[in-house]
Amino acid sequence: MQVTIQLNGRPYTAETAPDTQLLHFLRDAGCKSVKCGCETSGCGLCTVHMDGKPVLSCSVLAGQADGHTVTTLEGLQKEAEEFGGFLADQGGEQCGFCSPGFIMSVLAMGKELGADATDEEIREYLEGNLCRCTGYQSQLRAIRAWLAAKEGKAE
Amino acid sequence: MFTAQQYVKAATLEEAWQLNQKRSTTLLAGGCWLRLTRRRVGTLVDLSGLGLDTIEETEGEFSLGAMVTLRQLETSEALNGAFGGLFKEMTRHIVGVQFRNCATLGGSIAARFGFSDLLCALLALDCEVELFKAGRMPLEQYAKLPADRDILVRIHVKKNGRRPVYRTMRNAETDLPVLAVAASEKDGQVRMVVGARPARAEVVNAPLALSADKAALEAFQAAMQSQLTFAGNMRGSEEYRRHLANVLTGRCLAALQEG
Repeated sequence: MQVTIQLNGRPYTAETAPDTQLLHFLRDAGCKSVKCGCETSGCGLCTVHMDGKPVLSCSVLAGQADGHTVTTLEGLQKEAEEFGGFLADQGGEQCGFCSPGFIMSVLAMGKELGADATDEEIREYLEGNLCRCTGYQSQLRAIRAWLAAKEGKAE
Repeated sequence: MFTAQQYVKAATLEEAWQLNQKRSTTLLAGGCWLRLTRRRVGTLVDLSGLGLDTIEETEGEFSLGAMVTLRQLETSEALNGAFGGLFKEMTRHIVGVQFRNCATLGGSIAARFGFSDLLCALLALDCEVELFKAGRMPLEQYAKLPADRDILVRIHVKKNGRRPVYRTMRNAETDLPVLAVAASEKDGQVRMVVGARPARAEVVNAPLALSADKAALEAFQAAMQSQLTFAGNMRGSEEYRRHLANVLTGRCLAALQEG
């Protein structure tokens, strides 16, 4: 079947099988930031934005994305780099494998919850992203600092 | 993961229904649980183009499209305002935001999963399902039927003053529930629903007044223990689930009494 999506701001069309996961469709399109982790919807490594909302690309078929807008980390370089700086400052990434999916979730969270999000709301929003290295506290500090900077406040 | 030979995005409910009469066809709602199976599917019928992703409110009810995502339910101010935050409570533990942006109300209810938070919680409200061919029927009746080849179109939730609460026990925050209990009160009478036993959620068929004291609650729990089946699996033993059922029904009643 033929699938056409708006991928990172550009139209992209490819032939694919009816049971192809969006995850593999995107990696075949060269978006290697989209990581294949658990493939059981539990880890959040494969998070991308579909029509602006974070989704698990392992849980969406390429066919379901047909006609929709899909954004991966490759399409959000500027925002990702900005938040990635805060993450690095706080020691919030170690092996870095979860970072692409984590950053995609954080960028969506920033838009959805805004700068006034409480620690509880942030933790709850990011429950679908697993990190085996950090224990999450450094990531929370990075998010707080990033949200404060976006608001023009020093943290 | 499952395999599929063909993918059809249905243009009408009639087309989807016709295709679904073949045993090798599978309806695709969110697809989140389907993808964890090893089924060999002939035709996947995508329901996303049928306009079933809306939450509509009238004076007497909410009408929820089968393709409404769990995240839509979780964040709907109208629904959560009308039912004391039930829709947020019954969805917020399910995996993560990204998953809840994919998984749908219809997928969870039509599959009648035993672990379904949604089925358990909605049974505490007065709901009707709307099926494409069979029309409307009470959710409680639908929940007891075996899977069929009709299509769940919408769920209608009556706004009749029923006041619900929902409590679960999970081994981890975003895991499936070991046991789930939903309760609601109307006109001084309490309805209790117990799910994830791990069998399908079921309404406890025994009277319980909102004003029930300890002895009345224990009599109700004894009736519940004899009426419902409980079993063990990797999340918890039968004995543990029976114990949890007493604990959670007690907590639900206390929450309703506190108002």
